[in-house]
Amino acid sequence: MAGFAILLAFHLLGLWIQKGTSLPLPANVIGLILFTACLFLKIIKLEWVEESAQFLLKHMLLFFLPFVVGTMVYFREIRESWLAIIGGLLLSTLLSLAVTGWLTQWLERRETRHE
Amino acid sequence: MSEWTSHPLFGVTLTVGAYALSCWVRDRWFRQLHPLLAAATVLIVFLLCAGIPYEDYNAGGSLVSFFLGPATIALGTLIYKHWPLVRRKIAAILSGMTFGTLFGIGITALLLWLLGGSRPVLLSMLPKTVTSPVAVEIVSLIGGVPEMGAVFTVLTGLTGSVLGPALSRLAGIRSDIAVGTAFGTTSHGIGTARLLLESEIQGSISGFAMAASAILTPIIFVPVYWWLL
Repeated sequence: MAGFAILLAFHLLGLWIQKGTSLPLPANVIGLILFTACLFLKIIKLEWVEESAQFLLKHMLLFFLPFVVGTMVYFREIRESWLAIIGGLLLSTLLSLAVTGWLTQWLERRETRHE
Repeated sequence: MSEWTSHPLFGVTLTVGAYALSCWVRDRWFRQLHPLLAAATVLIVFLLCAGIPYEDYNAGGSLVSFFLGPATIALGTLIYKHWPLVRRKIAAILSGMTFGTLFGIGITALLLWLLGGSRPVLLSMLPKTVTSPVAVEIVSLIGGVPEMGAVFTVLTGLTGSVLGPALSRLAGIRSDIAVGTAFGTTSHGIGTARLLLESEIQGSISGFAMAASAILTPIIFVPVYWWLL
């Protein structure tokens, strides 16, 4: 349970910082940045949080389900732009995947040659 | 409908039940079934047929999605755990991720403009390459519709997970580092899960890229946010 408490505390810390500074970053991301930093600085030990973290990551799809159900309210907007949605989604995803892969591979090879 | 459907217990039970049922069907009969899409379809059809408003359902639904918060924080463990694996190639990985994310935002905006998508659809689709709990938050920050953003993000992950393996073979993307980075950056958790089926190394690199882009993507969106305001 300590792991879960730590994860919640970092989310709360992120929320507190976001409200205090009106930073345009989501509270959960601010919490994630601080939490990752604390892991690397060995302030938080991986063993403390690992079990809770694995449980939460494994069931992320479940926690996301109510959002997806929420589209039922927006069926009309989605129907009106269906071509843009399907076309934009498919093409942009495939193109970004290829571009990211190519670039990373190219940079990786160039680095290896320089070593 | 009546008082008992607006009690949080109704939405929580329905959500967990539909998800458990979808996972069970997938494990027993149909490996290709995506539990999230299957469960969402069942729930939407049920709510529409029974005439239960979304607000009633969401009294419990919001309790379930509350756990996305700590789940996002938990991504930090992936960055930390996979660090030894990615450390030596970190410059290539981070550059690939940054450019890939920028390219994804640009090409999405361009395609939606060309195909005539509405402004709420466009704003809800822009951050779709990042992991869902972060995408939803970015969508609300820049003034899109979080629920639509949620579906676009899931569909993006599914597209990468279904078509990605064939595409990367065709495109000649072979190194573990490049495949992992491309999947993690553009199709987050769903793409990562797909890679893990075949290669633990590629899956771990993808997990790292997904978690790292949960930090990188919102930072890239800060100027977008300023520009839109």
